[in-house]
Amino acid sequence: MSKKIIEITDEGNAFLEKVNELSGQVVTLCDQCGTCSGCCPMAEEMDITPSQINRMVQLGQVEVLDLEAIWLCASCFTCTVRCPRGLDPSKICESLRQMTLRKAIDYMDIRDISEKEMRRLPQIAIVSAFRKFTG
Amino acid sequence: MAKEKNIMEKIAHANQSVTKGIDPKDVKHWAKIYIMGKVYEVPADLTIMQAMEYAGYRFIHSCGCRAGFCGACSTIYRMKGEYKLQTAMACQTRVECGMYLVQLPFSPAEKPIYSVTKEPYEGNSFLKYFPEIARCVSCNTCTKACPQDLEVMDYVQAALRGDFQRVAELSFDCIQCGMCALRCPAEIVQYNVSQFGRVMYGRNGFPENKALKKVVKATEKGEYKKDFKNLLGLNMKQSKEAYKKQQATKAKFLKGGKK
Amino acid sequence: MKKIPYYPGCTLKTTGKNFEDSAIATAKVLGLKLLEIDRWNCCGTVTSLTQDDLIHHIASVRNFIRVQEMNERGEVDDYRLLTLCSMCYNTLKSVSNVMQERPDDLDKINNFMDREEDYKGGVTVVHLLELIREMGFDEIKSKVKKSLGKLKVSPYYGCTLLRPKEVALDDPEVPTIMEDLLNAIGVDVIDSPKKSMCCGSYQTVRNPKTVVRLGYEIIESARKRGAEALVTSCPLCAFNLDDRQKEIKLEHPDFERMPVFYFTQLTALAFGLKKDVNNFDLNFTDPRPLLKKKKI
Ligand code: SF4
Ligand code: SF4
Ligand code: SF4
Ligand code: SF4
Ligand code: FES
Repeated sequence: MSKKIIEITDEGNAFLEKVNELSGQVVTLCDQCGTCSGCCPMAEEMDITPSQINRMVQLGQVEVLDLEAIWLCASCFTCTVRCPRGLDPSKICESLRQMTLRKAIDYMDIRDISEKEMRRLPQIAIVSAFRKFTG
Repeated sequence: MAKEKNIMEKIAHANQSVTKGIDPKDVKHWAKIYIMGKVYEVPADLTIMQAMEYAGYRFIHSCGCRAGFCGACSTIYRMKGEYKLQTAMACQTRVECGMYLVQLPFSPAEKPIYSVTKEPYEGNSFLKYFPEIARCVSCNTCTKACPQDLEVMDYVQAALRGDFQRVAELSFDCIQCGMCALRCPAEIVQYNVSQFGRVMYGRNGFPENKALKKVVKATEKGEYKKDFKNLLGLNMKQSKEAYKKQQATKAKFLKGGKK
Repeated sequence: MKKIPYYPGCTLKTTGKNFEDSAIATAKVLGLKLLEIDRWNCCGTVTSLTQDDLIHHIASVRNFIRVQEMNERGEVDDYRLLTLCSMCYNTLKSVSNVMQERPDDLDKINNFMDREEDYKGGVTVVHLLELIREMGFDEIKSKVKKSLGKLKVSPYYGCTLLRPKEVALDDPEVPTIMEDLLNAIGVDVIDSPKKSMCCGSYQTVRNPKTVVRLGYEIIESARKRGAEALVTSCPLCAFNLDDRQKEIKLEHPDFERMPVFYFTQLTALAFGLKKDVNNFDLNFTDPRPLLKKKKI
């Protein structure tokens, strides 16, 4: 396997700083143990796992914002209670979602949900989906 | 000036400055206001709407009933030296010194199409047509914006939990001015939500009024035909008399007197 | 009867009415009157997880002001706010903690809500399960009139009662509170390793497929150990694990439906309360055939 050198740019550093600020976490504390990825119930459907999300943030890779994984997080807090470094990956995911939502770009268009589903879904589902997926 | 003036005369009197013109010499108090950024001196006893007309504006929209019912004349203003953004109906609010005013021609809103007769009377109907009510953050901005002093946030919350009756009761006096919708950070169109609530409640939830049913039946049978004919035949003076008599009976009835 | 302020949440007024009715009836037996706070508003169902996002805390704080007012008027005997829905519990409790820890942010919120009296802090949030534990499970045992012994039920905690630690009503990894309650009312409790695995939560709106996968895992894991039904305290878990069984069945044709109870429906049964408080019509999978089979 050929080695790839990742350069940490000023822009990347600023991105890391922003995530730290929004989430109240120090993402660089993550030592990539993988516990969060191992216990995440959504990891199966995610394109990268929670620990990989953290790695991308550490390296200032803004492309992480375009991945599906951050939206698939269900805020279940399993990682939160298990991280041996005391980090809260759920807050990191939320910060990343917020960075997109705050630009008035939504992840969910409620019109895509069928009328039948809208009749069925309980209020809590719709309220929380709006809060997580729309800005 | 006659002591007992009816409401229409009062309105006509108040509008004189605009309809008949006014001599600046007769004006005792003046107010300095700003209309869309430009400063004007206007007679202080005018409503915002009259003041704007006095200043030379002509309303081709944003004006309807001139009596506080139609909701067309939504106005936003800030007072000099205050941070609060206020709302009012231009036809109902007097100008004050230091008002920075802007008229809102229209607040764009999407109104879904529903069938009152076919729509099932169940809680989630609100969410089906107005899913955005689930975005309400309970900031209360809508309530603060409402010139009718309605508890707008409370009726949005009632809609969210499918309580048609509460929506209908809380929103009864809504004049659909659109102020709430314009200020809502969740982009909800409150007045369309409440209108849906009221028509649905009116049709399905409101307890049947037996007296009304009786009157409708009697009307259909033609029992009031003669009365109607009489009324339509009255001249202006007679109909004014008839109206006064009707109002007096009504007042007596509302006070708890006999019919 | 002791009066406690009660926050229902939107869903308990619609699809979760069976939860509310059975809970109010259960509480009554235990000498508790749930006094619904007036003019409550949706708590938001999820807490905002970014540091600077205060507007989403407002909804919960407004409800705390209602509790404060009820206490000032002397209408209730408790400064705690009782919840039934796990998601409301989690959201309200998180916000209560945040407001306790960040007085500056509370000031900002109070300033924003200039039409309300200031929230002075101090309203704590409790779940009915916690109140029951506080009374003691022996107390519960003494109220049991009907044996549910043959019913094999597996508790499903989900996420929001247990995580994060700061809001957990029990040990996040080894909870026992539901087991203790179920044991007290004489149910045959079946343990399942997936009892606190996430059901997919709000992903049910945008990614129902994920919810179907998780629901299948959770239900089958309990079934494998002998469970005939699940028990929960969250109307979203109930929806995801129960109503979504229709979709599970499409994916796995051999799948058999499994009823999901609210824990208060089982206490109501055990206390011998009127049938209508359980409102089984609202359970997505009708549990009555199972109960009939068990002669309950
Ligand atoms: S909070 Fe999100 S990232 Fe963490 S385990 Fe749950 S779904 Fe995965
Ligand atoms: S569990 Fe904590 S330390 Fe381990 S990879 Fe995840 S975030 Fe990093
Ligand atoms: S509820 Fe909204 S539309 Fe209705 S009167 Fe109040 S501000 Fe105007
Ligand atoms: S302005 Fe909008 S978000 Fe705020 S309380 Fe009213 S409806 Fe809710
Ligand atoms: S013009 Fe109709 S309310 Fe003012």
